[in-house]
Amino acid sequence: MPLIKNGASAEDPWQFAADDAALPEHGPVAVSPARWQREKAALRARGEPLGLLMQSGEQVEDIVADLKEFELIALDFPTFRDGRPYSSARLLRERYGFAGELRAVGDVSRDQFLFLHRCGFNAFQVTGAGALEAWLRAVSEISIWYQPTNDPRGALGVLRHRRAAAE
Amino acid sequence: MYRYDEFDHAFVHQRVAQFRDQVARRLTGELSEDEFKPLRLMNGLYLQLHAYMLRVAIPYGTLSSRQMRRLAHIARRYDKGFGHITTRQNIQYNWIQLTEVPDLLAELAEVEMHAIQTSGNCIRNVTADHFAGAAADEIEDPRVWCEIIRQWSTLHPEFSFLPRKFKIAVSGAVSDRAALRVHDIGLQLCHNDAGEIGFEVMVGGGQGRTPMLAKTIREFLPKAELLSYLESILRVYNQLGRRDNIYKARIKILVHEIGVETLAKMVEAEWHQVREGFTDLPQDEVARIERYFAPPPFDPAAGSDTGLDAARRGDSAFDRWLEQNVDAHKQPGYAIATISLKPEGGVPGDIDAEQMDAVADLAERFSFDELRATHQQNLVLPHVRKRDLYALWQGLKAHGLATANRGLIGDIIACPGMDYCSLATARSIPVAQAISTRFQDLARQKDIGDLRLNISGCINACGHHHVGHIGILGLEKKGVENYQITLGGRADGKAAIGAIIGPAFSADDIVGAVETVVDTYIDLRQTGEPFIDAYARLGREPFKERLYATH
Repeated sequence: MPLIKNGASAEDPWQFAADDAALPEHGPVAVSPARWQREKAALRARGEPLGLLMQSGEQVEDIVADLKEFELIALDFPTFRDGRPYSSARLLRERYGFAGELRAVGDVSRDQFLFLHRCGFNAFQVTGAGALEAWLRAVSEISIWYQPTNDPRGALGVLRHRRAAAE
Repeated sequence: MYRYDEFDHAFVHQRVAQFRDQVARRLTGELSEDEFKPLRLMNGLYLQLHAYMLRVAIPYGTLSSRQMRRLAHIARRYDKGFGHITTRQNIQYNWIQLTEVPDLLAELAEVEMHAIQTSGNCIRNVTADHFAGAAADEIEDPRVWCEIIRQWSTLHPEFSFLPRKFKIAVSGAVSDRAALRVHDIGLQLCHNDAGEIGFEVMVGGGQGRTPMLAKTIREFLPKAELLSYLESILRVYNQLGRRDNIYKARIKILVHEIGVETLAKMVEAEWHQVREGFTDLPQDEVARIERYFAPPPFDPAAGSDTGLDAARRGDSAFDRWLEQNVDAHKQPGYAIATISLKPEGGVPGDIDAEQMDAVADLAERFSFDELRATHQQNLVLPHVRKRDLYALWQGLKAHGLATANRGLIGDIIACPGMDYCSLATARSIPVAQAISTRFQDLARQKDIGDLRLNISGCINACGHHHVGHIGILGLEKKGVENYQITLGGRADGKAAIGAIIGPAFSADDIVGAVETVVDTYIDLRQTGEPFIDAYARLGREPFKERLYATH
């Protein structure tokens, strides 16, 4: 499936291993938090990059103790209506300082990109032709934000402060 | 009033362009109706029985004459010449073409208006006391904080896909005119023991099919920490609110299921972390917004001779209007005038373009260019010099806007019902019109006294029937409309949910049933006892007896 990472099309080196599937011999692998808890030793012993695939109801608090071990956290949207991963993303980025790849997977499409991006997602599993063009357009449709988040774009409070300082 | 700065302007124009693109993608078929639906709802656009309906935000009910004139223009240009004031202080247009919505929104943006988050599972347009900044019993103007909440909640990246809609109301006065207890969050400005001003925070109110009153989770929150606290409540709700059943998805159900103490603990624990490093609004930004809500330049000499007594003696109709529709103002020599949008036999909340223009002119002449929309579906001129009240009344009368029934049985709240709404199970408007006509005699209305009659055309309760002193709920049974009566509800500081009185009435019988309830009250009341107090004293039984005795 195509991947957009840090604003560009990217190859996806990750394999997602289902709980009942054998781990691949080589390469980065992402597993569920439950499998991580069960098979920590085996996963570590592979000596390859590790990632997690979290379902929308799963709490990030349950995995933050091991956060440093993961290079990827993928958050699944069972439907675009499910807004829980937005909170998970902000917590991972802003509260727990996760600096690796934060990927949106599942029912993810153009009109969520802007919200996702602002909550800290930097990778997006997308479908269809022209996905990158749509992504680039979607994340630039609105340039002004009222809420301060981790987003590199300045929120309005900062912009207004700068203006006041300049006056 | 708040005025957009260059950032606000740029933002709403970008939002219009974004929606224009979404509409274009829908029209080419790139987006299916299913995909388009959540996008249009986040911009207040519904697909109703006969046409698209657009709900335009009137943030915390405040608008200027210029904005009102633009609303009149939109009614003429894009609709059939009228609009409908809603129970959330917004305005709805019922006959909208999808292709024209982007242009309509661009015209709104020019006057600093939008339709953002008037629908959808997001933080809805915030509401407030419609007498804010004017009421004699006010602690502090709540609109400063409403505007701060408006900005904070606008396209909030984390809270745009909540389990369900989320409504916040703010009051800064002693009397609750904002129905705080039936909101997801109610914020009441109050003093603490040290004399500082902050918020009492109530959570978990709502109407719909499971009506509940909000419970206080924090007695006092310092004002400066409002946003981090709201963010904490919303985060707990976003993560834990039910998503398996839309009828159980509001925060009231979460509060009910885990208990208010547990919820309060979770919010406090989250807040403890959120407030660390939370970029609350800088004080100079609060001060900037506060300046927009500074009182208008009142005339300090206005308190002396107002000429009102002579005018009242000379014109009994004016005298009745003054008594019924005018309230005390905090500034000596000024008053608050309510414009009833409930003429005899009329559609509650409807106002035509010519009336909108007239009201805009009157607000400009007599109320420092300011208007309010109320959740009771009326309008308010908040700052009228008492000396000008007679001229104002004459101006209103010339446009059919001087009905002296505010707070009486004719001042009915009603949702659009099956005449427009695709969710409705029965009609509301004809019932409201029939009741209004039956009780057309203003002297009789006045004798009945303070009475709130609210009508909803389905269980979603947009017509606030749960909190009407008399509530009417329109249902459908085997293809026939019938109407259930509830009694004893109220939305004020003593908020209560009405109780169902018995089996429903047919469309033909409902007006007579309301009259029976009213007559029972008249027969049993003590001197000076309003309906709601008499009901509290008497209970359901005497009403039930009279209503069903002949059945």
